[in-house]
Amino acid sequence: MIKKLNIKQFIVYILITAASLTMIMPLLWMLSASFKPETEVFAFPIQWIPETFLWSNYVHVWTEYPFLNYYINSIKIAVAVTALQVVTCSMAAYSFSRIQYPERDKIFFGYLSTMMIPYQVIMIPQFMIMRNLGLMDTHLALILIGAFAPFGVFLFRQFFITIPMELSEAARIDGCSEFSIYATIILPLAKPAMATLIIFTFIASWNDFLAPLIYINSEEMKTLQLGMRNFQTLYDSNYAQLMAASVCAIVPTIIVFLFTQKYFINGIATSGLKG
Amino acid sequence: MTTSNKISTRQRNRINGYLFLLPNIIGFAIFTFIPVFMSLIISFSDWDGFSEMNFIGLGNYIRLFSDHVFLVSLKNTLIYTLGSVPFIILFALLVAVALNQGIRGVKFFRAAFFIPHVTAALAIAAVWQLLYHPTVGPINNVLMSLGMDNPPLWLSSSSYAMLAVIIMTIWKRMGYFMVMFLAGLQGIPEVLYEAADIDGASKFRKFIHITVPMLSPVMFFSCIMAIIQSFKVFSEIYALTQGGPGYATNVLVYNIYIEAFDNFNFGYASAQSYILFIIILVVTLLQFRGQKKWVNY
Repeated sequence: MIKKLNIKQFIVYILITAASLTMIMPLLWMLSASFKPETEVFAFPIQWIPETFLWSNYVHVWTEYPFLNYYINSIKIAVAVTALQVVTCSMAAYSFSRIQYPERDKIFFGYLSTMMIPYQVIMIPQFMIMRNLGLMDTHLALILIGAFAPFGVFLFRQFFITIPMELSEAARIDGCSEFSIYATIILPLAKPAMATLIIFTFIASWNDFLAPLIYINSEEMKTLQLGMRNFQTLYDSNYAQLMAASVCAIVPTIIVFLFTQKYFINGIATSGLKG
Repeated sequence: MTTSNKISTRQRNRINGYLFLLPNIIGFAIFTFIPVFMSLIISFSDWDGFSEMNFIGLGNYIRLFSDHVFLVSLKNTLIYTLGSVPFIILFALLVAVALNQGIRGVKFFRAAFFIPHVTAALAIAAVWQLLYHPTVGPINNVLMSLGMDNPPLWLSSSSYAMLAVIIMTIWKRMGYFMVMFLAGLQGIPEVLYEAADIDGASKFRKFIHITVPMLSPVMFFSCIMAIIQSFKVFSEIYALTQGGPGYATNVLVYNIYIEAFDNFNFGYASAQSYILFIIILVVTLLQFRGQKKWVNY
């Protein structure tokens, strides 16, 4: 019986290892190609570990191409969007979950139902509004459209409702203002929700492509994803460098994910939202 | 005294409630809520975003029915969805069940399957373009070494480009749903299986009568999500094929983008975006109705 189980487990291990290797193979190929001379990129059979490690592809990407500028732009936008979302979303969620007023749930339902509306529906009027505000080709445009997402409100609300109401009641009796209850009691308790939102928002903002494509024109304002697109068209035939650039574009999110797996997975499990 | 106190508490709650909403609601109203209605209005016009708005009633919507490119984009979106979603769900389920057997290294395997989901579409597309390279790409090299003389041209062939995009999509998205299924599986109470063991149920019967029903809410939600995601695919198409070759991978959202920001047909693009919205609405409502039949809560 024990032997049989072991064989079964063994087969599961083999299958799952094979499957997971298949999954990461394209990324390993990318990593491997990024260290190769151009002539060896397509060598077959694939030589996974390059004969001589070539750092020059990376050097080129960072020195002869404004990758650093793209990086800084992307970080700036992602940090601003994330910080604003944490504040505005947690406050709205506080209102939706811990203050009683008659219209509350109706407003919440209306607010939440807009999550179903595809971005394409609002993208043209949003573009018009930004143009009228004179915010074309600015990072502020990208920050503003990212700062008020319903997802964060939903996430915080899910968490806030699990905190006992007695906690707020006691603080109110002690004469605490609503804002200080929010800021000093409830928000510090919601650190897991906050961590989840920060990770989600950072990764989503970092990977966003459509909004920068619409709003950003000038070279020095471009985000990393737009820069990638540039790189792809400009360096069409230099595949090794293209792979080095691609590695640079995905490494931050992979690192963030690996270090925060727990929160990320929990975030998906509890909210199931955001694709 | 008590009454007035009560009223003032209620009033204070309402004021506080709205004050806390304010920072978010203002931005939300300006950049999301109002635009939803603005685009509906724009969809009844032939506006180009610059000249005067000229209302043409249902003109844009009528034009859609005879617009070959739009109809092709709709068909392509459907093919893309039907070609990817079932496999995404199936593979995600299989991997989640395998990972839930109490094997070691779950964290490693989970990460391996999930990483494609957190990587930027543009970088991913760059790699897959090379993998799919018709003459020197690794995929065709493998196919040729397996004895296939004329392997597909993938992205440069109008009959294989969509398949190529679908394969990449399955690879990129299945990890997300696998994680949802895994969380769902781990949420099934162990006692149910223990009770079934006492009744002498087989593994297969336990899967059909416990796992599947208990997982059905997650399955249901995942299906909606996967379908809606597929209808909204953009970056992958933009980076991988630009809708081509010809119109072979021209999907709805890509078409909307081109109509809006390449051709500046804001009115026509808005009408198309409302078609997208209606489709998503219908899918969601159908799913919610169907859910009563097969989902256990």
